[in-house]
Amino acid sequence: MNEQGIGASVRRKEDQRFLIGKGNYTDDINVAGQTHAVFVRSPHAHAEIKGIDTSAAMAASGVVAVLTGEDLAADGIGPLICGVTVTSDDGEPHRAPAHPALAQGKVNYVGDHVAVVIAESKSEARDAAELVDVDYSVLPAVTGTRSAADPGQQQIHEVAPGNVCFNWPFGDKDGVEAAFAAAHKVSKLDLVNNRMVTNPMEPRAALGEYNTGTDEITLHVTTQNPHVHRLVLSAFNQLAPEHKLRVVGPDVGGGFGAKIFVYAEELVVGWACRKVNRPVKWNADRTEAFLADAHGRDHVSTAEMAMDGNGKFLAMRVHTKANLGAYLSTFGTMVPSYLYAFLLAGQYATPLIYSEVKAVFTNTAPVDASRGAGRPEATYLVERLVDICASDMGLDPAEIRRRNFIPVDAFPYQTPVVQCYDSGDYPAALDKAMELADYDGFESRAAEARARGKLRGIGFSSYVEACGIAPSAAVGQLGAGVGLWESAQVRFNPTGNVQVFTGTHSHGQGHETTFAQLVNDQLGVPIENIEVIHGDTAKTQFGMGTYGSRSLAVGGVAISRACDKLVAKGKKIAAHALEAAEGDIEFADGSFSVAGTDKAMSIGEVAFNAYVPHSYPEGVEPGFDENAFFDPTNFSFPAGTHICEIEVDPETGVVEIVKYSAVDDFGRLINPMIVEGQVHGGIAHGVGQALLEGCSYDSEGQLITASYMDYAMPRADNLPSFDVDYAPTNPPDNPLGVKGCGEAGAIGAPPAVINAISNALGVKHIDMPATPENVWRAAQQATAASA
Amino acid sequence: MYEFNYRKVDSVDAAVEAIQQADDGKFVAGGQTMLPTMKHRLASPSDVIDLGGIAELVGVCVEGDTVIIGAMTTHAAVAASAEVQAAIPALAKLAANIGDPAVRNKGTIGGSIANHDPAADYPAAVIALGATVKTSRREIPGEEFFTDMFETALEEDEIITAVTFPVAEMAAYMKFENPASRYAIVGVFVAKTGGEVRVGVTGATSCAHRGLQLEAALGGQLDASGIDAVELPVENMNSDIHASAEYRAHLVKVMTKRAVEACAQ
Repeated sequence: MNEQGIGASVRRKEDQRFLIGKGNYTDDINVAGQTHAVFVRSPHAHAEIKGIDTSAAMAASGVVAVLTGEDLAADGIGPLICGVTVTSDDGEPHRAPAHPALAQGKVNYVGDHVAVVIAESKSEARDAAELVDVDYSVLPAVTGTRSAADPGQQQIHEVAPGNVCFNWPFGDKDGVEAAFAAAHKVSKLDLVNNRMVTNPMEPRAALGEYNTGTDEITLHVTTQNPHVHRLVLSAFNQLAPEHKLRVVGPDVGGGFGAKIFVYAEELVVGWACRKVNRPVKWNADRTEAFLADAHGRDHVSTAEMAMDGNGKFLAMRVHTKANLGAYLSTFGTMVPSYLYAFLLAGQYATPLIYSEVKAVFTNTAPVDASRGAGRPEATYLVERLVDICASDMGLDPAEIRRRNFIPVDAFPYQTPVVQCYDSGDYPAALDKAMELADYDGFESRAAEARARGKLRGIGFSSYVEACGIAPSAAVGQLGAGVGLWESAQVRFNPTGNVQVFTGTHSHGQGHETTFAQLVNDQLGVPIENIEVIHGDTAKTQFGMGTYGSRSLAVGGVAISRACDKLVAKGKKIAAHALEAAEGDIEFADGSFSVAGTDKAMSIGEVAFNAYVPHSYPEGVEPGFDENAFFDPTNFSFPAGTHICEIEVDPETGVVEIVKYSAVDDFGRLINPMIVEGQVHGGIAHGVGQALLEGCSYDSEGQLITASYMDYAMPRADNLPSFDVDYAPTNPPDNPLGVKGCGEAGAIGAPPAVINAISNALGVKHIDMPATPENVWRAAQQATAASA
Repeated sequence: MYEFNYRKVDSVDAAVEAIQQADDGKFVAGGQTMLPTMKHRLASPSDVIDLGGIAELVGVCVEGDTVIIGAMTTHAAVAASAEVQAAIPALAKLAANIGDPAVRNKGTIGGSIANHDPAADYPAAVIALGATVKTSRREIPGEEFFTDMFETALEEDEIITAVTFPVAEMAAYMKFENPASRYAIVGVFVAKTGGEVRVGVTGATSCAHRGLQLEAALGGQLDASGIDAVELPVENMNSDIHASAEYRAHLVKVMTKRAVEACAQ
């Protein structure tokens, strides 16, 4: 193995600048003449705005402008959009209420944007924001996912009767009903997928600059996809034409989905900088991040499985209510529909699946993708239900999984829910995980724990997920407004070093290292001589950004394809220089050589020849710089089995994770160290959802968990040292043989944890987050029931 | 943060004078509660009088059977003090687990008890150890110091100068942490001093207090066998998204038992 190439755990190139405080985050950028924006936000979950008096604010010290929704509308700045259409059961598209970037007559959640104050300093802007006098007429708030569409509920949007965005049935309803009617056994479970606040470490920020000379707006913004931001802001919000709008997402401190979307603040900053003809900067404080970042999850579901006498799954039926919040975020409709229902087969050969998703509006922050986006919700439901099935059938949880796994020889496997899984060996991952977890030794560990007064439990999660969303034609058929390919440009400079331009975006994933390794492996250039460039629409060609674990599986292949083109061109150049036939040129380890001879030249020399073409093959263009666009033929389907072992202190309900074993199939690993980091982070995310994180609104729509005083994030002492291993398969649809790894932990972990707790307590179910009090109560009830 | 006048003083007298002259002055010790509150614009004092320059308020010493901790001594200093560790190890341990490193290195014992967050740790120790709060004008018995949520016996212009703790024969603090803030959902400090066993409870109710029912069940002994039978009034307990009143009442007993067991070990 090449020590810097594929499979090498090289240290991350980008970490030096982060570790010495030289990262360049949006809030680090300050420009001459900059002003500061502070948003006036609604303190009410639901209210009509009778009037806004900005006069006192305008008169306050240092104020440059106070802008409202009226100003926005007068300038023709369009509302925020949702980019994916879901067709409701009445044949109509989902109901899409207007989502103005500054409120126009009504506010619909606490934190909704009412006005913006722009001042010379942030503190002056804050002071003046308090002087903006908004006359609210408060309306009753709708906050519950379960009850939002009930008869008699307060109506939020006129265009969405009954607060329903869409009602989306999917699958063979009659076939499923027939299978249930004939089943030996039906297992059923009601469960909640708890709402989460995504919480990237860096809060969102934006800095807009307008150049009167070029009529160009530069928007520095915390984004996972600068070109998508530019496209949406241009095409739908009329901020500026694409060629007059530069979007720069410099170093971004985590995204986890929350920075995919085009938010009101970003649009307003971009618009306001031209309006006041001064640079405008905004950065969210943590409270604003809690209130106004898109949240994740928030489903209430009923799941049922029909089985035969051997515990073989015959059919599954799912009813889900999904909370989309007050407005549709950029991809809000896609998460509880295509990203959710298409994964309900899990790892199992269940032949018939029917689901109905009712997406509802509430007076809460918009809900959109958050690490996993739909797949954690599907996986939690399937993997909890499978455990209930095991219990109902008197089978070991491993055994019922094994009986229902999609057989190894059935891949590629067409599920009944659209997806065709690329590759998988589910029993192999299960076996390896059981070995890693020492499943056979569990009973004796449980007995030893009982002697200490602790309840020990073990839980499985055999997950599959669908990432690297593709191909473009398929997502187009589903109602997406974009294609989902990726682009790359690989450019040699005359001196032989390399710049790699990618349309993906790194906000912590380590792309600058992984992609350099990929290029090193293919072209033989040391990674020190490779710079990976992303995150600036003025530097990189159009690209779709980073989300859905797509960067390597899609963007990496585009880079590889560009490298292939360089090698092909290099052969022509080398053949000329080495006075050989092109067909006799071989390329390996960065060197073009004439087969069977010692005549060779390095790729650096070829690059030099290409830029200084004094002696050059006829008909070959100068330059050594190639681009490629890659549109995959399928999603990528990482899978694995996670086994969580916990101990409950029955006296307090405290859950300690004592052992966590993860065996994943991510195909070929480029940098195993980075992959393991992604696994650790993903599991931590999933454990956070399972044990700690519960975003909560009260009945008036006030966010109760609006700070880290009340919203519990996972910390090191909540987590054990993870045992991580791999059971890779080779996905035939992916030219690099890779699968995505960024979300798998967050998808796989929650059911493993909850299955372990249910196992320890001997209860059917406990909802997430399994807080100490919830666990204590479940333990009390279990004790009472067994007494 | 709103604008305010900042004054740093170098003596207790100067601090008292400064606050008497201010419209709506506040003392700031380590600032670990006060500054975030001001940043959130939830407090807007006209004057902030910084006690950080008063050297005489800083330091730990043990005189005979008494540990004296200057009001401006940080939690980290108490935690790291060999004298406190030797005299009342449970107190050093409590200090070592307050907040996070930033809070421990800036936050002070005087600031903590003057603020009287009902979920703070120190109040349980002050009460259970029978400490005395020394101020610029008097000495206040620990159990009379905490009067209600964020309320104490202090006058507006009164400054804590030190807290004196009688050395206990045995003591232990058990804290059930809020998973988010890591404040005490319930914290119970049990101390045996001079043949008496006292229980200080924080986090459970609106005010740190002596657990008199718990003390009665212990009957002066480090024997927790009677604790389960205690019926604590649930209606007095705090209730929030992290812990209901019923659960808190339960936790008070569990933490008491565990503190008693830890004392006995």
